[in-house]
Amino acid sequence: MTTAALSGARAGLVSCETCGLLSRPVGSAEPGYCPRCGKRLEWRRPRSIQTTWALVVAAAICYVPANLLPVLGTTTLGSTEYDTIMGGVVFLYTSGSWPLALIVLIASVMVPLGKLVALGYLLFSVQRGSVKSNRERTRLYRMVEIIGRWSMLDVFVDTFTVALVQLQPLMSVRPGAGVMFFAAVVVLTMIAASTFDPRLIWDAETE
Amino acid sequence: MDDRIDPTPDTGILACPDCDLLQVLPEVPPGGKARCSRCGRTLANRIRNSIERPLALTLAALPVLVVANAAPLMGLSVVGRQASTTIIGGAYQMWIEGQELTALIVLFCAVLAPAAYILFSLVVLLSATRPPAPRWVGDMVRWADRVQPWSMVEVMMLGILVALVKIAELAKVEPGIGMYAVGILMLLLPAIQVSLDPDEIWARLTWADGELPSTTPDAPTPETERTGSPP
Repeated sequence: MTTAALSGARAGLVSCETCGLLSRPVGSAEPGYCPRCGKRLEWRRPRSIQTTWALVVAAAICYVPANLLPVLGTTTLGSTEYDTIMGGVVFLYTSGSWPLALIVLIASVMVPLGKLVALGYLLFSVQRGSVKSNRERTRLYRMVEIIGRWSMLDVFVDTFTVALVQLQPLMSVRPGAGVMFFAAVVVLTMIAASTFDPRLIWDAETE
Repeated sequence: MDDRIDPTPDTGILACPDCDLLQVLPEVPPGGKARCSRCGRTLANRIRNSIERPLALTLAALPVLVVANAAPLMGLSVVGRQASTTIIGGAYQMWIEGQELTALIVLFCAVLAPAAYILFSLVVLLSATRPPAPRWVGDMVRWADRVQPWSMVEVMMLGILVALVKIAELAKVEPGIGMYAVGILMLLLPAIQVSLDPDEIWARLTWADGELPSTTPDAPTPETERTGSPP
Protein backbone atom coordinates (compact mmCIF):
# COMPACT_ATOMS: atom_id res chain seq x y z
CA MET A 1 0.00 0.00 0.00
CA THR A 2 2.68 2.47 0.97
CA THR A 3 5.11 1.37 -1.72
CA ALA A 4 2.67 1.88 -4.58
CA ALA A 5 1.12 5.06 -3.21
CA LEU A 6 0.82 7.52 -6.06
CA SER A 7 -0.86 10.82 -5.49
CA GLY A 8 -2.88 12.67 -8.10
CA ALA A 9 -0.52 15.63 -8.00
CA ARG A 10 2.49 13.38 -8.64
CA ALA A 11 0.80 11.73 -11.59
CA GLY A 12 0.06 15.19 -12.99
CA LEU A 13 -3.66 14.88 -12.39
CA VAL A 14 -5.76 17.32 -10.43
CA SER A 15 -8.99 16.48 -8.70
CA CYS A 16 -11.75 19.08 -8.51
CA GLU A 17 -12.53 20.19 -4.95
CA THR A 18 -16.19 20.71 -5.79
CA CYS A 19 -17.27 17.74 -7.89
CA GLY A 20 -14.35 15.34 -7.45
CA LEU A 21 -13.66 14.88 -11.17
CA LEU A 22 -10.08 13.94 -11.92
CA SER A 23 -8.65 15.67 -14.96
CA ARG A 24 -5.36 16.57 -16.59
CA PRO A 25 -4.69 20.27 -16.05
CA VAL A 26 -3.94 22.71 -18.86
CA GLY A 27 -0.56 23.61 -17.37
CA SER A 28 1.26 22.75 -14.17
CA ALA A 29 1.38 26.36 -12.96
CA GLU A 30 -2.19 27.23 -13.87
CA PRO A 31 -4.33 24.09 -13.75
CA GLY A 32 -7.30 25.83 -15.39
CA TYR A 33 -10.95 25.00 -14.81
CA CYS A 34 -12.85 21.81 -14.12
CA PRO A 35 -14.44 20.59 -17.35
CA ARG A 36 -17.47 19.31 -15.47
CA CYS A 37 -18.40 21.93 -12.87
CA GLY A 38 -16.37 24.90 -14.12
CA LYS A 39 -14.67 25.60 -10.81
CA ARG A 40 -11.08 26.82 -10.81
CA LEU A 41 -8.76 23.86 -10.27
CA GLU A 42 -6.04 23.96 -7.60
CA TRP A 43 -3.33 21.41 -6.84
CA ARG A 44 -3.69 22.29 -3.16
CA ARG A 45 -5.76 24.91 -1.39
CA PRO A 46 -3.89 28.17 -2.14
CA ARG A 47 -1.60 29.48 0.65
CA SER A 48 -3.15 26.90 2.96
CA ILE A 49 -0.51 26.99 5.73
CA GLN A 50 -0.17 30.79 5.95
CA THR A 51 -3.91 31.46 5.82
CA THR A 52 -4.73 28.79 8.38
CA TRP A 53 -1.99 30.03 10.73
CA ALA A 54 -3.28 33.60 10.45
CA LEU A 55 -6.82 32.50 11.30
CA VAL A 56 -5.68 30.27 14.18
CA VAL A 57 -3.62 33.10 15.70
CA ALA A 58 -6.52 35.56 15.30
CA ALA A 59 -8.89 33.07 16.94
CA ALA A 60 -6.43 32.44 19.80
CA ILE A 61 -6.26 36.19 20.46
CA CYS A 62 -10.07 36.47 20.50
CA TYR A 63 -10.27 33.44 22.80
CA VAL A 64 -8.84 35.47 25.71
CA PRO A 65 -11.46 38.28 25.87
CA ALA A 66 -14.11 35.70 24.96
CA ASN A 67 -13.47 33.98 28.27
CA LEU A 68 -12.59 36.98 30.44
CA LEU A 69 -15.29 39.45 29.39
CA PRO A 70 -18.87 38.95 30.52
CA VAL A 71 -21.30 37.41 28.04
CA LEU A 72 -24.42 38.37 29.95
CA GLY A 73 -25.42 41.10 32.39
CA THR A 74 -28.55 40.49 34.46
CA THR A 75 -30.23 43.54 35.98
CA THR A 76 -32.66 42.80 38.81
CA LEU A 77 -34.27 45.81 40.47
CA GLY A 78 -31.38 48.15 39.81
CA SER A 79 -28.44 45.89 40.59
CA THR A 80 -26.55 44.27 37.74
CA GLU A 81 -24.70 40.97 37.82
CA TYR A 82 -22.25 39.99 35.10
CA ASP A 83 -21.58 36.45 33.92
CA THR A 84 -18.70 35.09 31.88
CA ILE A 85 -18.96 31.81 29.97
CA MET A 86 -17.52 29.91 32.93
CA GLY A 87 -19.96 31.78 35.16
CA GLY A 88 -22.78 30.41 33.02
CA VAL A 89 -21.44 26.88 33.43
CA VAL A 90 -21.23 27.33 37.20
CA PHE A 91 -24.78 28.74 37.26
CA LEU A 92 -26.12 25.68 35.42
CA TYR A 93 -24.18 23.38 37.74
CA THR A 94 -25.34 24.99 40.98
CA SER A 95 -28.93 25.18 39.77
CA GLY A 96 -28.89 21.40 39.55
CA SER A 97 -28.65 20.70 35.82
CA TRP A 98 -25.15 19.29 35.69
CA PRO A 99 -25.65 17.46 32.36
CA LEU A 100 -26.33 20.82 30.70
CA ALA A 101 -23.42 22.38 32.59
CA LEU A 102 -21.18 19.65 31.19
CA ILE A 103 -22.49 20.14 27.62
CA VAL A 104 -21.89 23.90 27.79
CA LEU A 105 -18.45 23.36 29.35
CA ILE A 106 -17.45 20.98 26.54
CA ALA A 107 -18.96 23.03 23.71
CA SER A 108 -17.84 26.46 24.89
CA VAL A 109 -14.55 25.94 26.67
CA MET A 110 -13.00 22.63 25.66
CA VAL A 111 -14.00 22.40 21.99
CA PRO A 112 -12.67 25.85 20.95
CA LEU A 113 -9.43 25.26 22.86
CA GLY A 114 -9.13 21.75 21.45
CA LYS A 115 -9.66 23.08 17.94
CA LEU A 116 -6.92 25.68 18.31
CA VAL A 117 -4.49 23.09 19.68
CA ALA A 118 -5.42 20.52 17.01
CA LEU A 119 -5.06 22.96 14.11
CA GLY A 120 -1.78 24.27 15.54
CA TYR A 121 -0.46 20.71 15.83
CA LEU A 122 -1.55 19.83 12.27
CA LEU A 123 0.13 22.96 10.89
CA PHE A 124 3.33 22.33 12.86
CA SER A 125 3.57 18.68 11.84
CA VAL A 126 2.96 19.52 8.16
CA GLN A 127 5.63 22.24 8.26
CA ARG A 128 8.10 19.83 9.86
CA GLY A 129 7.39 17.35 7.04
CA SER A 130 6.22 14.67 9.44
CA VAL A 131 5.25 11.31 7.93
CA LYS A 132 4.11 9.77 11.20
CA SER A 133 0.52 8.80 12.03
CA ASN A 134 -0.91 10.38 8.88
CA ARG A 135 -4.13 8.47 9.20
CA GLU A 136 -4.67 9.65 12.78
CA ARG A 137 -3.86 13.24 11.84
CA THR A 138 -6.35 13.10 8.97
CA ARG A 139 -8.94 11.74 11.38
CA LEU A 140 -8.16 14.57 13.81
CA TYR A 141 -8.71 17.07 11.00
CA ARG A 142 -12.11 15.56 10.15
CA MET A 143 -13.08 15.75 13.82
CA VAL A 144 -12.16 19.44 13.94
CA GLU A 145 -14.32 20.00 10.87
CA ILE A 146 -17.34 18.18 12.29
CA ILE A 147 -17.25 19.33 15.88
CA GLY A 148 -16.49 23.02 15.31
CA ARG A 149 -20.06 24.20 14.79
CA TRP A 150 -21.12 23.06 18.27
CA SER A 151 -19.14 25.86 19.88
CA MET A 152 -21.79 28.28 18.65
CA LEU A 153 -24.01 26.86 21.41
CA ASP A 154 -23.28 29.60 23.95
CA VAL A 155 -23.97 32.35 21.41
CA PHE A 156 -27.45 30.93 20.88
CA VAL A 157 -28.04 30.49 24.62
CA ASP A 158 -27.09 34.13 25.24
CA THR A 159 -29.16 35.40 22.30
CA PHE A 160 -32.35 33.71 23.40
CA THR A 161 -31.82 34.59 27.05
CA VAL A 162 -31.40 38.25 26.12
CA ALA A 163 -34.35 38.18 23.76
CA LEU A 164 -36.73 36.65 26.26
CA VAL A 165 -35.80 38.25 29.55
CA GLN A 166 -36.87 41.83 28.82
CA LEU A 167 -39.16 42.66 31.74
CA GLN A 168 -38.19 46.23 32.53
CA PRO A 169 -38.09 47.48 35.21
CA LEU A 170 -38.33 44.12 37.02
CA MET A 171 -35.57 42.24 35.29
CA SER A 172 -33.62 42.48 32.09
CA VAL A 173 -30.65 40.72 30.56
CA ARG A 174 -28.17 42.47 28.29
CA PRO A 175 -25.39 40.90 26.22
CA GLY A 176 -21.76 41.57 27.18
CA ALA A 177 -18.79 42.17 24.91
CA GLY A 178 -17.59 38.59 25.46
CA VAL A 179 -20.31 37.21 23.17
CA MET A 180 -18.90 38.99 20.14
CA PHE A 181 -15.37 37.69 20.78
CA PHE A 182 -16.72 34.22 21.42
CA ALA A 183 -18.70 34.19 18.16
CA ALA A 184 -15.56 35.45 16.41
CA VAL A 185 -13.54 32.50 17.79
CA VAL A 186 -16.07 30.04 16.40
CA VAL A 187 -16.29 31.71 12.98
CA LEU A 188 -12.50 32.09 12.67
CA THR A 189 -11.77 28.47 13.63
CA MET A 190 -14.46 27.21 11.25
CA ILE A 191 -12.88 29.17 8.39
CA ALA A 192 -9.42 27.97 9.51
CA ALA A 193 -10.60 24.35 9.25
CA SER A 194 -11.78 25.01 5.69
CA THR A 195 -8.54 26.67 4.57
CA PHE A 196 -6.34 23.83 5.87
CA ASP A 197 -5.67 21.24 3.17
CA PRO A 198 -5.55 17.69 4.63
CA ARG A 199 -3.69 16.48 1.53
CA LEU A 200 -0.64 18.35 2.83
CA ILE A 201 -0.45 15.75 5.63
CA TRP A 202 0.22 13.07 3.01
CA ASP A 203 2.41 15.04 0.64
CA ALA A 204 5.59 14.50 2.68
CA GLU A 205 5.17 10.72 2.37
CA THR A 206 4.55 10.71 -1.39
CA GLU A 207 7.54 12.89 -2.20
CA MET B 1 -34.07 4.75 -11.19
CA ASP B 2 -32.66 5.65 -14.56
CA ASP B 3 -29.85 3.15 -14.90
CA ARG B 4 -28.61 4.45 -18.22
CA ILE B 5 -26.71 7.17 -16.40
CA ASP B 6 -23.46 5.98 -14.99
CA PRO B 7 -22.67 7.55 -11.64
CA THR B 8 -18.96 7.71 -12.38
CA PRO B 9 -18.31 9.48 -15.64
CA ASP B 10 -14.74 8.19 -15.61
CA THR B 11 -12.92 5.00 -15.90
CA GLY B 12 -13.51 4.98 -12.17
CA ILE B 13 -10.12 6.49 -11.38
CA LEU B 14 -10.19 9.19 -8.76
CA ALA B 15 -7.96 10.93 -6.27
CA CYS B 16 -9.02 10.92 -2.61
CA PRO B 17 -10.12 14.45 -1.60
CA ASP B 18 -8.39 14.09 1.78
CA CYS B 19 -5.08 12.43 0.84
CA ASP B 20 -4.88 12.69 -2.99
CA LEU B 21 -4.17 8.96 -3.42
CA LEU B 22 -4.98 7.78 -6.92
CA GLN B 23 -7.18 4.73 -6.92
CA VAL B 24 -9.69 2.89 -9.02
CA LEU B 25 -13.15 3.03 -7.60
CA PRO B 26 -14.67 -0.44 -7.72
CA GLU B 27 -18.24 -0.97 -8.83
CA VAL B 28 -20.20 0.08 -5.76
CA PRO B 29 -23.60 -1.64 -5.51
CA PRO B 30 -26.67 0.42 -4.51
CA GLY B 31 -26.60 0.87 -0.75
CA GLY B 32 -22.84 0.27 -0.70
CA LYS B 33 -19.93 2.47 0.29
CA ALA B 34 -16.32 2.74 -0.79
CA ARG B 35 -13.54 4.09 1.41
CA CYS B 36 -10.09 5.38 0.59
CA SER B 37 -7.60 2.54 1.02
CA ARG B 38 -5.08 4.90 2.63
CA CYS B 39 -6.89 7.44 4.81
CA GLY B 40 -10.31 5.86 5.19
CA ARG B 41 -12.33 8.76 3.75
CA THR B 42 -15.65 7.78 2.17
CA LEU B 43 -15.17 8.03 -1.59
CA ALA B 44 -18.51 6.81 -2.82
CA ASN B 45 -21.82 6.27 -1.13
CA ARG B 46 -24.41 4.80 -3.44
CA ILE B 47 -27.66 5.64 -1.73
CA ARG B 48 -30.93 4.24 -2.99
CA ASN B 49 -33.48 6.81 -4.27
CA SER B 50 -30.86 9.48 -3.89
CA ILE B 51 -32.94 12.04 -5.81
CA GLU B 52 -36.52 11.26 -4.83
CA ARG B 53 -35.98 10.83 -1.08
CA PRO B 54 -34.01 14.03 -0.43
CA LEU B 55 -36.46 15.87 -2.71
CA ALA B 56 -39.39 14.72 -0.58
CA LEU B 57 -37.53 15.71 2.60
CA THR B 58 -36.66 19.12 1.14
CA LEU B 59 -40.28 19.77 0.20
CA ALA B 60 -41.30 18.81 3.73
CA ALA B 61 -38.65 21.11 5.21
CA LEU B 62 -39.98 24.22 3.41
CA PRO B 63 -43.18 24.77 5.44
CA VAL B 64 -41.38 23.72 8.65
CA LEU B 65 -38.74 26.37 7.93
CA VAL B 66 -41.44 29.03 7.61
CA VAL B 67 -43.13 28.01 10.87
CA ALA B 68 -39.78 27.81 12.71
CA ASN B 69 -39.05 31.39 11.75
CA ALA B 70 -42.52 32.89 12.09
CA ALA B 71 -43.86 31.26 15.27
CA PRO B 72 -42.64 32.17 18.76
CA LEU B 73 -39.94 29.87 20.14
CA MET B 74 -40.87 30.30 23.74
CA GLY B 75 -42.87 32.53 26.02
CA LEU B 76 -42.28 33.74 29.53
CA SER B 77 -44.60 35.01 32.20
CA VAL B 78 -43.71 36.72 35.46
CA VAL B 79 -46.20 38.35 37.80
CA GLY B 80 -48.71 38.87 35.03
CA ARG B 81 -46.20 40.10 32.47
CA GLN B 82 -45.72 38.25 29.24
CA ALA B 83 -42.88 38.06 26.75
CA SER B 84 -42.07 35.82 23.80
CA THR B 85 -39.44 35.63 21.11
CA THR B 86 -38.80 34.32 17.62
CA ILE B 87 -35.41 33.48 16.07
CA ILE B 88 -35.26 36.77 14.17
CA GLY B 89 -36.50 38.58 17.29
CA GLY B 90 -33.50 37.16 19.15
CA ALA B 91 -31.06 38.44 16.54
CA TYR B 92 -32.86 41.81 16.50
CA GLN B 93 -32.61 42.17 20.29
CA MET B 94 -28.86 41.49 20.11
CA TRP B 95 -28.60 44.17 17.42
CA ILE B 96 -30.37 46.88 19.42
CA GLU B 97 -28.31 45.98 22.51
CA GLY B 98 -25.19 46.93 20.56
CA GLN B 99 -24.08 43.42 19.52
CA GLU B 100 -24.44 43.96 15.77
CA LEU B 101 -21.77 41.42 14.77
CA THR B 102 -23.23 38.70 17.00
CA ALA B 103 -26.71 39.50 15.66
CA LEU B 104 -25.54 39.02 12.08
CA ILE B 105 -23.78 35.74 12.89
CA VAL B 106 -26.90 34.42 14.63
CA LEU B 107 -29.11 35.55 11.74
CA PHE B 108 -26.82 33.85 9.25
CA CYS B 109 -26.35 30.55 11.08
CA ALA B 110 -29.93 30.20 12.32
CA VAL B 111 -32.01 31.63 9.49
CA LEU B 112 -30.18 32.44 6.25
CA ALA B 113 -27.87 29.41 5.97
CA PRO B 114 -30.58 26.77 6.64
CA ALA B 115 -32.99 28.56 4.28
CA ALA B 116 -30.34 28.83 1.58
CA TYR B 117 -29.37 25.17 2.00
CA ILE B 118 -32.99 24.05 1.63
CA LEU B 119 -33.66 26.30 -1.37
CA PHE B 120 -30.45 25.40 -3.21
CA SER B 121 -31.03 21.69 -2.57
CA LEU B 122 -34.59 21.99 -3.82
CA VAL B 123 -33.51 23.62 -7.09
CA VAL B 124 -30.69 21.10 -7.57
CA LEU B 125 -32.88 18.07 -6.89
CA LEU B 126 -35.77 19.34 -9.03
CA SER B 127 -33.48 19.91 -11.99
CA ALA B 128 -31.78 16.55 -11.44
CA THR B 129 -35.09 14.74 -11.86
CA ARG B 130 -35.00 15.58 -15.56
CA PRO B 131 -31.43 15.13 -16.82
CA PRO B 132 -29.50 16.65 -18.42
CA ALA B 133 -29.70 19.44 -15.88
CA PRO B 134 -28.44 22.83 -17.07
CA ARG B 135 -24.87 23.68 -16.14
CA TRP B 136 -25.77 26.53 -13.74
CA VAL B 137 -27.16 23.86 -11.42
CA GLY B 138 -23.50 23.03 -10.71
CA ASP B 139 -23.13 26.45 -9.07
CA MET B 140 -26.15 25.68 -6.91
CA VAL B 141 -24.58 22.39 -5.77
CA ARG B 142 -21.45 24.35 -4.89
CA TRP B 143 -23.40 26.94 -2.92
CA ALA B 144 -25.44 24.33 -1.05
CA ASP B 145 -22.14 22.68 -0.14
CA ARG B 146 -20.56 25.95 1.00
CA VAL B 147 -23.48 27.06 3.12
CA GLN B 148 -24.15 23.67 4.75
CA PRO B 149 -21.55 23.88 7.58
CA TRP B 150 -23.01 27.24 8.62
CA SER B 151 -26.53 25.93 8.96
CA MET B 152 -26.67 25.31 12.70
CA VAL B 153 -30.27 24.40 13.45
CA GLU B 154 -29.33 21.50 15.75
CA VAL B 155 -26.89 23.69 17.69
CA MET B 156 -29.58 26.36 18.01
CA MET B 157 -32.06 23.75 19.28
CA LEU B 158 -29.68 22.78 22.08
CA GLY B 159 -29.09 26.49 22.75
CA ILE B 160 -32.83 27.06 23.11
CA LEU B 161 -33.08 24.17 25.58
CA VAL B 162 -30.20 25.47 27.70
CA ALA B 163 -31.73 28.97 27.67
CA LEU B 164 -35.08 27.46 28.73
CA VAL B 165 -33.47 25.71 31.70
CA LYS B 166 -31.57 28.85 32.71
CA ILE B 167 -34.62 31.10 32.51
CA ALA B 168 -36.82 28.55 34.26
CA GLU B 169 -34.85 29.44 37.40
CA LEU B 170 -36.13 33.00 37.17
CA ALA B 171 -39.57 32.76 35.63
CA LYS B 172 -42.16 30.45 34.17
CA VAL B 173 -41.31 29.57 30.57
CA GLU B 174 -43.37 27.78 27.97
CA PRO B 175 -42.10 26.30 24.74
CA GLY B 176 -43.82 27.71 21.66
CA ILE B 177 -44.80 26.24 18.29
CA GLY B 178 -41.59 27.61 16.79
CA MET B 179 -39.54 25.40 19.06
CA TYR B 180 -41.27 22.25 17.88
CA ALA B 181 -40.73 23.38 14.28
CA VAL B 182 -37.01 23.91 15.01
CA GLY B 183 -36.95 20.39 16.49
CA ILE B 184 -38.42 18.90 13.29
CA LEU B 185 -36.11 20.97 11.10
CA MET B 186 -33.17 19.72 13.16
CA LEU B 187 -34.04 16.18 12.02
CA LEU B 188 -34.96 17.02 8.42
CA LEU B 189 -31.76 18.89 7.53
CA PRO B 190 -29.30 16.05 8.25
CA ALA B 191 -31.78 13.61 6.69
CA ILE B 192 -31.59 15.57 3.42
CA GLN B 193 -27.83 15.53 3.61
CA VAL B 194 -27.41 11.80 4.22
CA SER B 195 -29.99 10.73 1.63
CA LEU B 196 -28.35 12.71 -1.14
CA ASP B 197 -25.55 11.28 -3.29
CA PRO B 198 -23.63 14.18 -4.86
CA ASP B 199 -22.11 11.89 -7.50
CA GLU B 200 -25.60 11.07 -8.72
CA ILE B 201 -26.29 14.81 -9.13
CA TRP B 202 -23.01 15.42 -10.97
CA ALA B 203 -23.76 12.53 -13.30
CA ARG B 204 -26.93 14.28 -14.41
CA LEU B 205 -25.47 17.71 -15.06
CA THR B 206 -24.43 19.24 -18.32
CA TRP B 207 -20.68 19.76 -18.14
CA ALA B 208 -19.25 23.25 -17.89
CA ASP B 209 -17.49 22.67 -21.21
CA GLY B 210 -20.86 22.02 -22.82
CA GLU B 211 -20.75 18.25 -22.89
CA LEU B 212 -23.90 16.36 -21.98
CA PRO B 213 -23.69 13.82 -19.18
CA SER B 214 -22.41 10.54 -20.51
CA THR B 215 -24.87 7.74 -20.97
CA THR B 216 -22.07 5.24 -21.37
CA PRO B 217 -18.98 5.31 -19.20
CA ASP B 218 -16.51 6.94 -21.55
CA ALA B 219 -13.18 7.78 -20.06
CA PRO B 220 -12.36 11.47 -20.02
CA THR B 221 -9.16 10.95 -21.98
CA PRO B 222 -7.42 13.79 -20.25
CA GLU B 223 -6.92 15.96 -23.27
CA THR B 224 -6.31 19.65 -23.15
CA GLU B 225 -9.52 20.62 -24.92
CA ARG B 226 -11.55 18.93 -22.19
CA THR B 227 -10.01 21.09 -19.52
CA GLY B 228 -9.32 24.67 -20.25
CA SER B 229 -11.63 27.58 -20.62
CA PRO B 230 -13.66 29.19 -17.83
CA PRO B 231 -17.42 28.74 -17.98
